[in-house]
Amino acid sequence: MGLLTSLKDSITRVTDGLFASAEPKRIGIYGPPNAGKTTLANRIARDWTGDAVGPESHIPHETRRARRKEGVTIERDGKEVTIDIVDTPGVATKVDYEEFLDHDMEKEDAVRRSREATEGVAEAMHWLREDVDGVIYVLDSTEDPFTQVNTMLIGIIESQELPVLILANKIDKDESDIQRIANAFPQHETIPLSALEGQNMDEVYEKIAEYFS
Amino acid sequence: MPEVTSGDGDGGPTEGEDGPDDGVRVDMISGARMEGLTSMEKIRLILDGVREGNIVILEEGLTPDEESKLIEVTMTEISPDEFNGIEIETYPKSSSGNPGLFDRLMGKEDTQKLTVIGPANQIETLHKDENLISTLVSRK
Repeated sequence: MGLLTSLKDSITRVTDGLFASAEPKRIGIYGPPNAGKTTLANRIARDWTGDAVGPESHIPHETRRARRKEGVTIERDGKEVTIDIVDTPGVATKVDYEEFLDHDMEKEDAVRRSREATEGVAEAMHWLREDVDGVIYVLDSTEDPFTQVNTMLIGIIESQELPVLILANKIDKDESDIQRIANAFPQHETIPLSALEGQNMDEVYEKIAEYFS
Repeated sequence: MPEVTSGDGDGGPTEGEDGPDDGVRVDMISGARMEGLTSMEKIRLILDGVREGNIVILEEGLTPDEESKLIEVTMTEISPDEFNGIEIETYPKSSSGNPGLFDRLMGKEDTQKLTVIGPANQIETLHKDENLISTLVSRK
């Protein structure tokens, strides 16, 4: 019974994939807070549609609601893919409002921001389990990638069998170490970029078209 | 001295007495004890212990789906000045540890990995690699 159910589920996934291929793919941009997810989402959206997705900030948890930019068509080397970009809040296992007090915020604002951040992280996890067809995982290449959040999220993405593109962001900074990210996730290809400066975006678009088309 | 309780005997770690005020209680929960629990029961068991200030060690860890739900439920329980969330550590997954297609079809993914979970304001990871997790645990 278990084998039959598993086989049926596998066949359903394959047929669903075939018939849904004409629909835009929902690509979630995931990663820890302050990795540059919204900067990347805005860069992609501006390059291909002229619009932005949301405000960027150096304060953690600036994005506290998943934001979707629909119908972004990316063309590279004869490959074309239309995606809905879902910019998600940075995933964390803890949120302390006192962290926001360091950014010149009043306690009331900091508490409200932390409450919204927790709701946003819960929402991001729900999207990952239910509502995305692929993942762009953004890491700050100046930070240690061997964190529990990264390990768990990559594990969750792999268990969902979602295509995933790992981006090593912020290569414009001196402390950037792309190899450290490549070593942390050797089972995946790592693409370096600076979303802020627009460095290596050609390769990023090539890979998006290749991975998600 | 920390009080160490095994979750494999009669009674549960959440049913035992609280540790002494100057100590940190550690609940070591065996794979056998977790085996019969649903995902939400596992998450409740973990979070109830952690919210009391205990360190929870799981012999066999959680599945990726359960980890995802643990993050989601943790977020809904965070409350300013009361509970800031959790610190969780497992060994990074080995790149050679990917299950084969047949195992995945049969739902047999190897998720066994020692997992340490504690309150975010009491546990700090000092070092982590594929073979060692070193953490500093402080009192409430």
